[in-house]
Formats: sequence, structure tokens, C-alpha cells
Amino acid sequence: MDIHEYQAKERFIAAGIPVPPGRIATTADEAEAIARDFGGPVMVKAQVHSGGRGKAGGVKYAADAAAAREHASRILGMDIKGLTVEKVLVTPAEDIASEAYVGVLVDRKTQAATFMVSAEGGMDIEEVAATNPDAIRRLAVDPRYGLLPHQAYWLANFLYEEPAHIRQAASVIARLYDSFVDSGASMTEINPLITTPDGAVKAIDAKMSIDDNELFRRPDVAAMRDNSAEPASETKAREASLSYVKLDGSVGCCVNGAGLAMATMDLVKYYGGEPANFLDIGGSSNPDKVVAALEIITSDPNVKSILFNIFGGITRCDDVANGIVEATKRIQIDVPIVIRLTGTNEELALEILEKAGFSAYTSMDAVVEKAVQLANA
Amino acid sequence: MSIFIDSDTRLVVQGITGRDGSFHTRQMMEYGTQVVAGVTPGKGGQTFEGPGGRTAPIFNSMDEAVAETGANTSVIYVPPAFAADAVLEAADSGVTFVVAITEGVPVLDMARAHAFARDKGVRVLGPNCPGLISPGKSKVGILPAQIVTEGPIGVVSRSGTLTYEAVFQLTNVGLGQTTCVGIGGDPLIGTNFIDCLKAFQADPDTTAVVMIGEIGGTDEQEAAAFVKEHMTKPVVGFIAGQTAPPGRRMGHAGAIISGSAGTAEEKMKAFADNGIAVAKRPADIVGLIQDAIA
Repeated sequence: MDIHEYQAKERFIAAGIPVPPGRIATTADEAEAIARDFGGPVMVKAQVHSGGRGKAGGVKYAADAAAAREHASRILGMDIKGLTVEKVLVTPAEDIASEAYVGVLVDRKTQAATFMVSAEGGMDIEEVAATNPDAIRRLAVDPRYGLLPHQAYWLANFLYEEPAHIRQAASVIARLYDSFVDSGASMTEINPLITTPDGAVKAIDAKMSIDDNELFRRPDVAAMRDNSAEPASETKAREASLSYVKLDGSVGCCVNGAGLAMATMDLVKYYGGEPANFLDIGGSSNPDKVVAALEIITSDPNVKSILFNIFGGITRCDDVANGIVEATKRIQIDVPIVIRLTGTNEELALEILEKAGFSAYTSMDAVVEKAVQLANA
Repeated sequence: MSIFIDSDTRLVVQGITGRDGSFHTRQMMEYGTQVVAGVTPGKGGQTFEGPGGRTAPIFNSMDEAVAETGANTSVIYVPPAFAADAVLEAADSGVTFVVAITEGVPVLDMARAHAFARDKGVRVLGPNCPGLISPGKSKVGILPAQIVTEGPIGVVSRSGTLTYEAVFQLTNVGLGQTTCVGIGGDPLIGTNFIDCLKAFQADPDTTAVVMIGEIGGTDEQEAAAFVKEHMTKPVVGFIAGQTAPPGRRMGHAGAIISGSAGTAEEKMKAFADNGIAVAKRPADIVGLIQDAIA
């Protein structure tokens, strides 16, 4: 789960990281009032879950309150990579002497929370890694000890010459690690971490992604979810414990298992169709989940056929068959459904489906080809 | 032969009394896996009643279960909030192999559990994996037994049901398996492709390997380099997620294209560049394996 910049900054402030003050506006009037309160020049920053806000024109410098109003009115409602800007952060503009990058993420290779720091702040770190890898210092944090004080200094030493800057940066790095762990994050970054002409070190931007698996035990973090930042169908899917990603095609896919779901989408493409979605109904399936899955798929007007591809392991085929029968009774489905079920309890499942007037396939290629044919008809 | 589990595997089931734990313990017993114990805190002293009169004693802790029964392997079906603790407890109990089925374990919990298990010299498979099966010998996890048969092919995959798909097709043409391993869809997993490839290369009964990857990370690329450097046995590969959009998590916590890294395209290229025959769709795997061992 991604959270907004202003929310990540709240987490940072709670951990003791120096962050300039800021307030959220949802209208141009509010933005103007906030800018007037702050007094001097401000930044008006779009709050969307997307990189490249600046390039898209979603981050603007405003010399005074009137300018803040003008920028806010243009940014609010703006579309950035398919996301509508509903909120802007208004924050005093800082004088910047230097910009650095500090980030930490769960790294697959080191199997640990791993820091990346660079004196080349303000840039996309992936780009720095590709073009100038020596400009990045990395450190994998041993999960048994956490980040040790000398390690925070070792990272800070790579960023600055000034002892005062190094001391402040080491403190920011240590607190960032605390915030990362306390938030159950999978990634967090400060880009840029700035120095000001009077020698202060501050985080003027903040980014954080939360490990979805942490949310059950962190209600304060879970409460930061912004449902307006995703399609309504994805919100509904999550509430039904379904893993769903909306795409643009016409073949609705309902599959158990993420790998098989991806392979099914790929096969739809192979046979000349386009998948309308990724949907994994998960393990230990119950009929209600299938009902929810069908409701979500049929709410997409692009869907012209629905394809079930179920291979039973933990998911029992009879559960899924019952769900399909029940769902088709409960809701009006105007597009054809083709079903492939095989694996645990498949005989029971076939019996249930045949009794209800469905015919089931056993071959994945045959069912996908049929679904594509129906969608393109 | 087989890898990681065989007829000497003595299994303890952590979370044996839960819905999934009890269901799959019955399936494992039916297959012939030696389930020697179960663990559910607070239910020690009870007995798990399996199919055909098979039973297993239930203990309060892994420590007792291993001491009393000589178990050497554990499988974990406990809920996500307690799964990492279950891995830690297992790794501290004397078993040498821990299979974590549970999906949804916080990744920072697993970072700690993996580090602990490594220190103890204990192999972890998963989490968020279907486990493994050595046909005719033993099954640990949730793979459906009816789709496998004994034979010379090793199968390793990040997916559950997609593995079943591939294995089922192999079985249907009479190509049996030495061991089918699901390594799991999480970003931090205990046993990776290279560990499995090494074991298959060393296993005299395995003549060829099917490797099924997906988007996210670089495990497949590293595995491809390993195949070129160290493997004499043919490997056939498949990658799921050619139609997955970047930046979106596709079900598995680890299945996400970050920036421009971890795409299906780059993985398929790494396979092809390193002498791995690449299947364009699951149905092509069988033909490629037949060509490879002909």
C-alpha cells in the first residue's frame, strides 16, 4: 500500500526527523489561506501515489499566497498518470544549499532492509544506479541487530564533509530506519534530504510504501489508505480478500493462484485477446468470494466474456463450482462464462456444474481460446 | 532419488488442528508421508485422527515433538501473524528442513526468521509456497497428489497452481517427476531457484529440469547464469507475467515490476541467452522437455 507524501511526513515527524511544517488543502481557497498563514513563499505539491509529479507540473513554487491559490487551482483536479489530484500539500519553500538521497527498502538479494544513500539528491535513484553506481553507498541492515549507530554514521559520511551535517544526517538515517520498521514499510525514501544555508539538514520530500502483510497489526497505518487513489473495483476486491488489478481488455479472468492468473492473461494475449483484469481468488476459497469476484468482473463494461481457470490445490474445485452456481443465481450476468476446473475434488465440481447446466473444460488452452473467441465475436 | 524429501522424511505439522492444517495432513497421510507429530499450543496430549486409522500425537511445542518422535522436517500451516514465530521455533527444534506454506507473513518478520534459520543451518522453503512432493515417496505441503507420477523430471517454480498446470501436463504424457518444488511467491524466500537447480544437478535420477518463474526480482536471471556455468542437465523455462503492467503487485507479494526491472521479457531473454529453452505458453513445456531428453 502506498501512502501520500504528507502521510509519510507525519510518520517521519513522529520518528523525530526534521520536516518543514505543511498543511493539506483540497480547494484553492484553503491553499491560499494556508500560504498566508505561513507568510513567505511556499511550495504547492500534488498528493498522488505516483512518481514524476514535478515533471507533470504537479509541484510548483509560489512566491506569495495569491500565487499559491493560482497553482492550487490548476493542480487540484489535474490528472497525473491516470490519477486525479484531490489534495495538495502547502509547505514553506526552503532555501536549499545541497540535495542528497536517502532510501531504505526490503532487498531480495540481501534478504534485509537495505539502505541506499547518494549525494546526488533530487534525481531518480534508479537512474543514478544505472549511470553512476559509484555515487550510491549501500548497507544491508542485519535484522538481528537493527541499524547500529556507527553504520548510520558510515552512511552519513558518504553524503557530507561538514561534521555538523554528518551528525544531523546520521540522526535522520537512524530515525528513518525506526520509522521504516515501526510503519511496517517495504520502501521509504527522502529525496531530497537538503542542507540549508544556515546548516540545517531536513527532509523536504517523503515517500513510503507499506507491506500489505503488516496492515492487520498496524491499524494506525491501515487508516492511511486513500481509496480515491485506486479504481472502486480494486477497493471492493480488497474488501473481499481478492487480489485484483484492473486492465483494459475484454476477457474477464478469474483464476486461483497468482502465477496461473498471470499465465492465463498471457495466454489470452497469445490467442489474440486482451485480458480485462488480473484476479486471483486465492487459497481456501469459499463461495462468497466467487460471488464477489463475479460482481467485480461484471461491473467492468469492457468485459465481453468471463473465463474461469481453476486448478485445485488448497482451493477445492467443489467450493468454486458452488460459488459459480450461487453467483449466477444472485446476479444478472449478461456475458458468456467459460469454465475450466481441475485438481482437488474435481469430480464433485464437474457434477455440481453439470447439474446447474454449465459445461466445464479441462484444458487451459481450449478454455482460453473459447473465451477469446466469445469476447471478439 | 529425489531432492529435499524422500521416504525417510519424518514430518511434524505445525498448526495441525486448523482448517487447512488438518485437511492437508489427511491428504499427506493418505499419500504415504510419514506424519509423525503435530503441534498446536494448548492441544498437547491429544491425537490427530487421520484416514485409514493413521494417527499422529499432538504436542504443545516443536521441542517436545522433535524430542519424542525424531521428526526431521516440519511444515507450517499457522496464520500469518504467527508464521514467522513458527519458523523460528522449528529452526530451533532440531529439524533440518522447514516448509512454510502460510501466505501473508510480514516481510520484516521473515527477514529475521531467514537470518536465524541460516545461522542454525536449517533450510527453509517458502513462505507463501505450495511445498513439495517427491512422487511415490513423500509429499509435504498442499500439492495435489493425483497430478504427479514417478519419473526423471525435476520441477521448480515460484507459483503454486501454475506448477500444478505444468506437472499435470508432464504426467499426462507419461513424463514423471523426481521432485516438484514450489519455492514461493514472496520477495524473501528461504530456498531459491539456484538451491533447487544445484540439488537437481546432483540428483542422479533427475535428467532434466522445468523452471517456472514470474515477474519481479532477478532470481531467474541469476538462475539462468547458474545453469550456463554449472549445469549439464537440460533446463526448460517458462515466465509468467508478460501482460502484467509495471508497478502493480500481481497477487504474489514478490510479483511486481519495479521501475523497468524484473520484466518477463528480460527474464525470458536471460533464459534464452544462457541455453534454457523457453516455453511461450505452459502447453509448450512438454514438447521442449521431450526434445531436451530425446
